[in-house]
This record gives sequence, structure tokens and C-alpha cells, in this order.
Amino acid sequence: MLTLKGLTKRYDTGDLALRDVDLQVPAGQVLALIGPSGAGKSTLIRCINRLVEPSAGTVTLDGRELSTLRGSDLRKARRQIGMIFQNYALVERLSVMENVLSGRLAYTGFWRSYFRRFPADDVRQAVHLLERVGLESMLDKRGDALSGGQKQRVGIARALMQNPKLLLVDEPTASLDPKTSRQIMRLICELCREQNLAAIINIHDVALARQFADRVVGLREGAVVYDGAPEGLSPEVLTSIYGEEDWNAAQRVEDDAAGDEAARDVDRALMDGHP
Amino acid sequence: MSSLADNRLQAAREGNWRPRPLVERAWLRWALNAGALVYLVLVWFSVDVNWARVAQGMDRGLAFLASFLTPDFVSRGGEIATGLAESLTMTVTATVIGILLAIPVGLGAARNISPMPVYWVCRAVIAISRTFQEIIIAILFVTMFGFGPLAGVLTLAFATIGFIAKLLAEDIEDTRKEPLEAIRATGASWWQWIHYAVQPQIMPRFIGLSLYRLDINFRESAVIGIVGAGGIGATLNTSINRYDYNTSAAVLLLIIGIVLASEYVSGRVRRWVA
Amino acid sequence: MPLLQINNEPVWRQREPARQRLVWLGWFLGVCLFLFCARIVSDNTIWEFMTDAHIQAASLIGRMVPPDWSITASLLLPLWDTVNIATVGTALGVLISFPLAFLAAANTSPHPSLRAFALTVIVSSRSINALIWAILLVTIVGPGLLAGMVAIALRSIGFLGKLLYEAIEEIDTGPVEAIRATGARPMQELAWGVLPQIMPAFAGITVYRWDINIRESTVLGLVGAGGIGLQMNAAINNLAWGQVATVFVLIFATVILSEWVSARIRHAVI
Repeated sequence: MLTLKGLTKRYDTGDLALRDVDLQVPAGQVLALIGPSGAGKSTLIRCINRLVEPSAGTVTLDGRELSTLRGSDLRKARRQIGMIFQNYALVERLSVMENVLSGRLAYTGFWRSYFRRFPADDVRQAVHLLERVGLESMLDKRGDALSGGQKQRVGIARALMQNPKLLLVDEPTASLDPKTSRQIMRLICELCREQNLAAIINIHDVALARQFADRVVGLREGAVVYDGAPEGLSPEVLTSIYGEEDWNAAQRVEDDAAGDEAARDVDRALMDGHP
Repeated sequence: MSSLADNRLQAAREGNWRPRPLVERAWLRWALNAGALVYLVLVWFSVDVNWARVAQGMDRGLAFLASFLTPDFVSRGGEIATGLAESLTMTVTATVIGILLAIPVGLGAARNISPMPVYWVCRAVIAISRTFQEIIIAILFVTMFGFGPLAGVLTLAFATIGFIAKLLAEDIEDTRKEPLEAIRATGASWWQWIHYAVQPQIMPRFIGLSLYRLDINFRESAVIGIVGAGGIGATLNTSINRYDYNTSAAVLLLIIGIVLASEYVSGRVRRWVA
Repeated sequence: MPLLQINNEPVWRQREPARQRLVWLGWFLGVCLFLFCARIVSDNTIWEFMTDAHIQAASLIGRMVPPDWSITASLLLPLWDTVNIATVGTALGVLISFPLAFLAAANTSPHPSLRAFALTVIVSSRSINALIWAILLVTIVGPGLLAGMVAIALRSIGFLGKLLYEAIEEIDTGPVEAIRATGARPMQELAWGVLPQIMPAFAGITVYRWDINIRESTVLGLVGAGGIGLQMNAAINNLAWGQVATVFVLIFATVILSEWVSARIRHAVI
């Protein structure tokens, strides 16, 4: 469904963030993109919806070439691609409902959206999504009155309001505690399965990637160095992605985290260590 | 309250949703809207516009705008040069005097370091200095001290006191308490306390404010000449009243240029001290 | 390092010697500049007037006290006009400076040339005092409230525009990026991503300028642009200092009241 060919990005500063990335994502697949900071994960997903302009290569969604689109064509392409952000990127001074409805902006005229006259179907869908993420009682709360996990749920609802075919998820858990991280990842993956959505999830946390993704792609210095099943992430592979480290120690923690109950214990231990 | 939230949720489920109004009480919302409308109507009737006169003046307005393309620096060059020199010297003198006087007033007006009687006296000085427009003060000083730049310097210095002292006092009140206590705990004298605990915390902003005030004083020095307190204002006023817009444009361009230059310099200095 | 060796004794100084000398030099040049400027001012001053300044001041104050309250009633309408000049002037200024700020902010400006234009308008408006605008407008549209309102508006554009475009440049870009990612059009990005973030600053800045404009509009009457300054000017020309004192008291009360109102509103919105 989504095909990247020869995707390359060189920033004006001269930094080569992506080199010649080829990737195919079929519908309904949850793909985790792992790699060290600065490996180009963020750049990669921003090149797909053109928040960052790729320097070379093509991005094709359902047979449609995105990297040459302009103006309203680009906007129509963007509305098929939902995006979820690391720092939630809610408009904090707007209410939860307004934030969710902002996912419909590309389907709504300017004045209609300015005066908040959204079609009844959109409003119904927004409430439905808020119920799905468990925030319907927060309808009128302002964005800045929510906790981190709640904000991310609103961010998810906003992305799904677009009725997207593809979700781009940028470090969804980086600002959350371990328990909330798991809940958010579980929610994203469940929603993808329910709606048969493809998703590309940038993630730092190898354990979470392994637990939730169908497929893992490892990025190092802008190039794909691993592409395969989560089970294939051996210490050697991790070394090729992240560099030398005692992966067995990390492995043990992850094994402990297999069961949900055990996971909570680890979470607690982690939180005690880093309050 | 919770029933209101339930109602809104229920309505939204059925597809009806509007954002919460800014003013929750409907009667108050309507009263505010109606009040604004009534005010507009009242203002409309109190402004007595002579449209014929306005239409007539439009030519002059266009002539004024056009004169910016043909500013005349030369034919009144001498007056412009002396006026500008006077404005600049007045600005420097007044800013220095004003800031020197503002420091004790500002210290006195900071609630956290000064005793109550001193606080009230300093606050009163600030209130008086800030309330009256520079022009009003200039009129009084010209009456007392005669025409000339001295009245202008005193005016600008007086206005500077209110401006700097108020902001200085607010900065001092916003300082962090711990260093204040720590220095006091060393047994430092009052002056040492101010120098070591308060001054370092407020210095960068104080320098920024002083430069900002220098800028304001220059702009003000261009108007107080209208009432005889020296500076370029007199030249400007005369040229406008004579409809000699080319000279006015020259003076205004010079003012704009100097303000721009001073803003650039003060930006550099602020980055340097910050 | 500021730790020096003097006669083999470690001595701590606040600054290195070279830097310290530079600081002293800076102070020296500053003092020279001040003395030079003061000298020029003094040369242009007729000091003979100063010899009886204290007598002048005493007689001025003597004639101002007590204020002549009999004219209070006739001052209320001019006072109302003054407040209107400030309010309408601020409103006009807001209408113009609001779009201008979006043109001037680096992150929302559609084109560098438009940005340069907007910045030029803002700096020109800021450099020129409301009273100068008023003098000019009186010659153009004739004396009256209209000239005052437009003068206040023209001066406010620069102030409001500058603070507003700085607020726009300081917004969090995350939400704007998120709105763009939904496929929203550029105007929707502004309305949904930028506008909510600058709203508190916008309200605060506007009320702040209104408060300043009340002060400014009290003197516009001196040049014929309406308001209480007209009465003040007349009283000064007639040397009726008792009446001038009444005007001062009313101005003082109005300004204090407007400052209180503005502080209340700013507290409420921030």
C-alpha cells in the first residue's frame, strides 16, 4: 500500500538524514521503526506526509505519488495519513472536542471550521472515538487540563478522525511513564487491527517494539540495517543498529516483562529508579 | 454542573455540539453584547466628522505620503541639525539623570526590601510620574524654568524616574528569595546585601530597560519641543504647520532611522549582557 | 583566570586585568559622553531664568491650589471624548495590526518582501509619537475627535504589531505541525494552530495599549485633536492655573482607574 523508493533527505545544514531508503508497508501492518537518536526515524515519517521535503526518491500511497503533490492535492493526500506526536501536539487552549474535531479540518471549509459548525456525522464520530479512547467525560476539558496519557489519547482520536489509511506515529511513548506507554501502544495497535490500518511507529523502546509490532525496521545513520520479524532482533542485530552494548542484560528485563503482572512490577521498579 | 456536562455529551452523541461560550451566563453574554453595541452607537454620535473637510484633506494626506519619496534634508538643514543635536544631547543627559534618580526610588518601591512608609512615598512618586504625559510635565517645567532644553531634560528625567523605578521595583519583587536570605545570613550590611544578592539578579533586565528608556526618551524629545522644551519637535511642528511636508518627511525619516539604529545597538548590548 | 599572582600572593579579582581595564574605559567614555551632552544642554539654556525658578514654582503651585472645582461639570464631556479616542483608536489599531503581525512574523509571513513591508510599517509607526501623528492629521482631516482617534490608531499599530508578531514567533510549533499534518489549509493552520496560542498575549497586549492610550489621548487636545487636552490648553493659555489643576486631578483619576481596569483584565485572561 505504501511504498518508499530511494528516499533520501539531506538537510540544508548538509546533514544526510536518510540515505536511499526502500520500504513497502502493506495495509493493516504495524511496523516499528527503531534506531538510535538521530538515525533519521523522525525524518523518515515526516517525509511521507511531507512535513519535511525529501531530497530524492518517491513516496507512493495506494499507487499515488506523494512527493510531487502541491496545494490542495497535497492536503488531500495528508488527510489520508493520520499522525500522532511525541509531545502530543494538542492545541492546549482548545477543548478536547475541538482538538478531536481538528482532525476533520481538511474535510471542512474554512469558515465552517472557524465557527465550529462541523457536520453532525463528524460530531458523532468524534464522540464515538472519545468513547473508544475512554475520554468522553472530558469533552469540554481544555487540552492543558489533561494528563500526558490522556493527551496522547486525544492525539490518537484526532488522527483517527481523519479516517486515515495510514498512521504515522512519532515516539508516542517517549514522554509517558512505562505503564501508560504500554496502554497507549496497546490502544494504537488495537485500533489499527480494528480498522485494518497500516502504521509506522517510531519507537526508542525495543521491548515495546518487540511486544506490539508485526514487523521491525532498524535504522542506523539514515539507512535500513534490519527489516524483519520482531523475533529476529538478536543481540547481534541490535548491535548492528545501536552499537556495542550488553544486550543480554536488556534481554533479561524484557523476558521478565512478558507477563502483564510482571510488567507492572518492572514498571514500578523503573519508576522508583527514575521518579 | 455534571448534568450540564451529561446533556452536552448526550447532544454531541446525537451530532449537536457547539463550543462552550466564553461567558457562561446567557443574560450576561447578551448584556455585554448589547452594551458594546450601545457604546458604538454613542461613540458614533459623539464623533462629529466633517466629511467634506476630510475629503478636502485627502489631497494633503497623499501629498504627505508622497513627500516621503522626496524628503528635503537641505533647505532647513541647519535647523534640522541643531534640533537633532539638541534632541540627542537632551536624551542622553535626561536618561542618565533619570536612571540615577530612579534607582533609589525603585529600591524604595520594592515591597520585599523596603519599610512601609518609604514604600508608600516611592509608590506615590512613581504614580505621579507615570500618570502625566511628558507634554503636560513639559508645559509645567517650561513655565517654571523658561524655554530651552533644560526644561526638556528635566521633563524626560522625571518621566524616566516613574518608568524605570516601577519596572525595577517589580523586578526586585520577583527576585528569588533564597539568595537574599543566604547573603543576609552571612551578616552582610544592607548595601552589601543589595550588591551581592539583589543586583546580580536584576542587572541584565535593568540594562535592557535602561536602553529601552533611552529609545523612548529620544522619541519623546521629538515632541516636547512643541511646547518649547527644546529638541527637534519645534522644527517638525513648524514644518507640518507650514505644510512643508518634504522637510517633515526628512525629520521623520531621521527619527525612524535613529530609532532603528538604537534598537539594533540595544539588541546587541542585551545579547551581550544576558 | 581571575586568580592572579601579585608578589607571589594569590589574589582574587572579579575580572581579568585586561577585561577590567575595558570596563573602566567603558565607564570613562560613558561619563565623558554624559558630561559632553550636559555641557551642550547647559550652553543652550538661559540660566537667568533658573535664578527665580523656585519663586515661579511656588507661585505656580500657589495658583493651582485649591483647584477650581466649578468647571468640573463642563469637563466630563471632554473626558468622555478622551476615553473614546483611546478606545476607538485602540480598536482601529488592533484591526490593522492584527493582520500586519501575521505578515511580520517570520514563521507565518507568506513572503519575505511582505515581511519587510510589514516590519517597515511597524517601525515607522512606533518611532513617531501619537502627538506628531495628531498634528499631521489635524492638518489633513481637520481638528476634532477623528484626528485623535486615527492618531492613536496609527501609533498603536507599531506597538501592538511588534508585541504581537513577537508572540507569534514564540509559539509552540508542535500543534501547528499537527494541524498541518491533518491536511488543513494554511488559513486553518493559522486559525486552529496559531490563533489559540496567541490569544492570551493578544488580549493582554491590547488592554495594555489601551491603558497607555488613555494617557496619550489626554494631551491630543493641545494640538486640536479633541478630548480634555483642549480644555487644558485653553486654561493654560488663560493662565487659569486653578482650572488646570482640576484637569490634572481628573486626568489622574481617569488614568488610575484605567490602570486598575487594565490590570484586572490582564489578570483575568492570563
